Amino acid sequence: MGRRAAAIAGVSEWKPQRRWDEPLFGLDALARLGAELLDDSGLDKSDIDGFAIVGVPEAPVLAPSAVAEHLGLRSRFNERVDLGGATPAAMVWRAAAAIEMGVCQAVLVMCPAIPRPSQGRDGSRGRDGPGGREGPQEGPRTSSRPIYMGADAWGSPQAQFEVPAGLVGATPSYAMIARLYMDTYGLDEETLAKIAVESRYNAQANPDAIFHGRPITLEEVMASPMIADPLKLLEVVMPCFGGAAVLVVSAELAGRGRHRPALVTGFGEEMTHRSLTSMPDLLDSPISGAAARAFEMAGSTPAQMDTAQIYDCYTITVLRSLEDAGFCRRGEGGAFVREHDFRYDGDFPVNTNGGQLGFGQAGIAGGMTHVIEAVRQIQGRAGERQLRRCDKAFVNGNGGMMSEQVSLVLEGA
Amino acid sequence: MVRLARDGRSIPDPTPVTAPFFDAAKDGRMVLQTCPRDGPFFYPRARCPHCWGADWRWTDASGRGTVYSFTIDRLGHDPTQKALAPFVIAIVTLDEGPRAVAQIVDCPFDEVRTGMPVEAVFDLFQPADGAEPVPILRFRPR
Repeated sequence: MGRRAAAIAGVSEWKPQRRWDEPLFGLDALARLGAELLDDSGLDKSDIDGFAIVGVPEAPVLAPSAVAEHLGLRSRFNERVDLGGATPAAMVWRAAAAIEMGVCQAVLVMCPAIPRPSQGRDGSRGRDGPGGREGPQEGPRTSSRPIYMGADAWGSPQAQFEVPAGLVGATPSYAMIARLYMDTYGLDEETLAKIAVESRYNAQANPDAIFHGRPITLEEVMASPMIADPLKLLEVVMPCFGGAAVLVVSAELAGRGRHRPALVTGFGEEMTHRSLTSMPDLLDSPISGAAARAFEMAGSTPAQMDTAQIYDCYTITVLRSLEDAGFCRRGEGGAFVREHDFRYDGDFPVNTNGGQLGFGQAGIAGGMTHVIEAVRQIQGRAGERQLRRCDKAFVNGNGGMMSEQVSLVLEGA
Repeated sequence: MVRLARDGRSIPDPTPVTAPFFDAAKDGRMVLQTCPRDGPFFYPRARCPHCWGADWRWTDASGRGTVYSFTIDRLGHDPTQKALAPFVIAIVTLDEGPRAVAQIVDCPFDEVRTGMPVEAVFDLFQPADGAEPVPILRFRPR
């Protein structure tokens, strides 16, 4: 049941890299991702009549028209989305909704996350590594330092009331969610560490993962340096460069493609806040509304999902997301993590490609890795980590401080 | 760009909307906007976030609250405060209801707890641009 008008017909995902040495402009990166989506799906460029992007460094404003021009498209759906880590999942449902409305039939959803080529004469490399001043390009920057995420703009509430308090970046905010959760429900640090260990296990079955070949133990997670109590280094994603894209098309077009269509049968989106300080309840995120509507639209339940691909910027994000999405009740997340095996060969496979914790977080493409892994599992293309059965997958995209939330239910046709 | 103190740390850059909060804070007083229908709100803004009314008034607040949650920032995620790390960041539920985020001072790290009663203090910092000193909200145990 559920919506069956649109499906993901193809994917492209670049191997994440700590350094990105190839000079590649954003517009050209989009053309490359587009070509790869056509190759993967078996569809033709003449089918394409829409796209969704984050931003284009070479076109800080009027970015969509720059993309139509650069890629030689006559496009009817020209969308730019600004929802942090939830952006890729949000693009997918916007494309699916537009397709169902008859606005368009085939939408390129593209998230390159690479450094801007240097203006130096040789142009041989990006300016800085990840986490450096340049960071992955995610569209026009209004801030001198990416870690402020624009919060240092004049007049911004964050600049006046949060940055001076030191509430900058995401880690201290997620740490405060973890602290309140521990003090409210008695969660221990080992339970969170188990999530990191199982993600890393899954990454061992993914040759593209940044941590492929580097499994970790519970003891190693527990012994890793404290970053913001109670979160430790190995519970935090590794920032890197990369890119990812999916092709969302009408069910009819998807039927002409090369792979089993992954139908977008349900979706929901919700948000209440930008800053953690203004989150109405640190232990009740807008996922609860987004996921409930996604499941209702799909006509399915959490228990019917063959896998969950959960945005995992931190270990605590996974536990809290599973609760709010309805896989267990609030306060029972710790027991759920302890009682279930999230490995691809376990009883409740979560983030089977390693998630961002094991695969790496390539900027804005990080949220796409969850969408793509769900599609790969549904299409039977997950290699060594392929689930025996995968007809239904839940995907959650999470932005900011558990702020922007987008849930998807994907089903094999 | 964040505004910097003479010692290099980020400090608030008040706007016409937020200036009354910072002006009171310079005298060590905490004030909140209070809406006649929806009560006090924070951070300061031109309209009540609940009813969008503009008929709020500045009211004196107790400056008292309890720690809702906290973390010890070991790295100093704010690049301007890296050298000051580690420090405790806490979200505090004010007795009047709204929440505010600030660092916890005058308390050993291992003694900070969720639910801990705290009170506001305002420390003045000299801006690098030579203007009047600017207050930063902190909380200490009470």
